[in-house]
Amino acid sequence: MSVNQVSVFLENKPGTLNKMTEILARHNVNIRALSLADTNDFGIVRMIVNDVYEATNILKEENFVATFTPVLVYKISDETGTLNNLLKSFTEADVNIEYMYAFAGKKNAYMIFRVKDTKNAESVLAAKGLKSLTQEEIAEV
Amino acid sequence: MGKYFQEEIECAPIEKIREIQNEKLVKQVRHVWDNVAYYRQKMQEKNLTPDDIKSIDDLHKLPLLSKADLKAAYPYGLLACPLKDCVRIQSTSGTTGKRVVAFYTLKDIDIWEECCARAIVAAGGTNEDVCQVSYGYGLFTGGPGLNGGSHKVGCLTIPASSGNTERQIMFIMDLSATILCCTPSYAAYIGETMKEMGLTPEQIPLKAGIFGAEAWSEEMRRDIEKTLGIKAYDIYGLTEISGPGVSFECSEQRGMHINEDHFLAEIIDPDTCEVLPEGTQGELVFTSLDKEAFPLLRYRTRDICTLTREKCSCGRTHVRMTKPKGRSDDMLIIRGVNVFPSQIETVLLNNGYAANYQIIVDRINNTDTFDINVEMTPDMFTDNVGEIQSRKKILEDGLKSMLGIKAKVNLVAPKTITRSEGKAVRVIDKRKI
Repeated sequence: MSVNQVSVFLENKPGTLNKMTEILARHNVNIRALSLADTNDFGIVRMIVNDVYEATNILKEENFVATFTPVLVYKISDETGTLNNLLKSFTEADVNIEYMYAFAGKKNAYMIFRVKDTKNAESVLAAKGLKSLTQEEIAEV
Repeated sequence: MGKYFQEEIECAPIEKIREIQNEKLVKQVRHVWDNVAYYRQKMQEKNLTPDDIKSIDDLHKLPLLSKADLKAAYPYGLLACPLKDCVRIQSTSGTTGKRVVAFYTLKDIDIWEECCARAIVAAGGTNEDVCQVSYGYGLFTGGPGLNGGSHKVGCLTIPASSGNTERQIMFIMDLSATILCCTPSYAAYIGETMKEMGLTPEQIPLKAGIFGAEAWSEEMRRDIEKTLGIKAYDIYGLTEISGPGVSFECSEQRGMHINEDHFLAEIIDPDTCEVLPEGTQGELVFTSLDKEAFPLLRYRTRDICTLTREKCSCGRTHVRMTKPKGRSDDMLIIRGVNVFPSQIETVLLNNGYAANYQIIVDRINNTDTFDINVEMTPDMFTDNVGEIQSRKKILEDGLKSMLGIKAKVNLVAPKTITRSEGKAVRVIDKRKI
C-alpha cells in the first residue's frame, strides 16, 4: 500500500515555512518526516503527517496550495548495509527513484520513495519480498 | 419588456441620429461658452465662437480637453450650472493619482441611469430579473450607475456593493439573483470562491453579468462565463463623461454600442490629434451632447480603440467601439516597449494560470526590471519541481512572444496579491523617472 504524502507549495520568502509549521502546530498535526525541495524561485515541502486530510484542509484554508502525492515507505533496521540492500532491490526491479528521504521511528529507520509508477513499483518490489507500509502502520511506528 | 430599453432611439436610422446630434451639439457648445470661462478662453485662443459650430461636421474645430485640463480647473472650473441645480458629485478612484470630480443635476443623473438601463436590457434584463449590483457604492460611479439603471428597468435590485464575498454569494443563492454587475476581476473572484464551495454553474441562478470599469480579456470573459454559467457583457464608461453606460455590449458581444444620442465619439491620432477615419485605431474622444452640470467637449479618454458603423444584427444602429486595448494610463513603457496589463492577462489564462497577477517595474542601474508575480493555483501545482519549472518557462516564453520583452515570473502563494473588491492593483511602478 502506498502512503499519502502532503506536498505544499512555498513561496520563496522568509517566514513561509514557519507560517506553515505554525498552522500545523495550532491544529495538532504531527509531522513525522519532512523534506524540502528548493529552487531559486520557490520550494516544495513534502511531509508525512499523522492526519493528511486535516493537514491539507487547514493549509488550503490558510491559502496554501497543498496536494497529496502517493509515496512508498519501507522499513530498514539501524544496521550497516540495510539501505544498500533495499536500493539493490530497486535496481534489480528497474525502478527509478524520483526523490527519497528518511525518518527515524522508535526502533527502525524508514525510507520514503517517490517513483513514477507507484503501483507497478510496489508490486515488483513486493515480488522481491519487500512490503511497503500503510498509512496506519506509519502512525504506529 | 422587449429587446431594447428605448427602441425608438437605440434603433433609429443614422440620419435621425445625426439630426439629434447636430441639434444637441449646437446647444451644448453654446451652454459651455456661456457658462464655462475656462473653455471659452480655449475657444477664443482658436478664434472660435459658438456660431462656428453649426453641425457635427464642425466638431474637429473645437479644442481638445485632457485630464490635465480637469486638474487645472479643479474643482469648479468646468462646472456649467449654478450649484443650486447640482445634486451630486461622483469621483474617480484616482488610480493614476489624479482624482476627478464630476457634477450632476437631476436630469444628468436621469440620462446616465437610462444609459445603464439600456445596457441591462441589452444583457437580457427585464422587470422579472433580480439584479445584484456588486460594484462599489459611493464616489465610484459603478454602484450608483447600475443601481439607477436596474431601477429603471424594474429589476429587483440588490445593492450589495463590493466586498464581503461570502455575503455576496449568500444573496445570489438565497434570492436567486439572475444578473450580476461588478468589475470583471471581482466576478472572477466570486466565481472562484463559489467553485471552491462546490457550487456548479448549473446550481448558480445567475444568467448574465455586466462587467466593466477595468480592462479584461476575451479569455477572462470565457473563464467567468464558464465558472458562473452566464453570458458576460462588457460595459464601458468614465466618470468624466457620466459613468458606466457610455457604451455597452449587446447579445452579439462584438463591440460596445455607444449611446451616441448623448455622447459623440471620435477617434484621433494620440500624437498629432488628427481625427482618424472610421475603422482606424486611435484614441477615443468624447463630447457630451446634453449634460447640464459637467459638459465636456472633445475630452480625451486615453483609451485606445476603433469605431465601426457596420450593421449589428441586434438591431441597434448606434456606433460600436472595440474593447479598449488598454487605457493609455494603464500602459507601461518598459525598456522602451509598450506593455498593456491586458496582454499579460491573456497569456496567463492561455497557460492555465488564473488572472491574479501583479506587475512590478523598477529601474536598477539604469535598466528597467520587469517582474510579474503570479499566484500558484491548485490546478497548476504538482509535486514535481521540474514540471513546475517547465510550466513557468512556457509561461515566460509566452509572455516574451506576446510583449516583445522578457519578464521574470515569480510564483507566489494564492490570495497574496491585493484583491480587487473595487479595482485591482495590477501595477507597482517603483521607477523614479
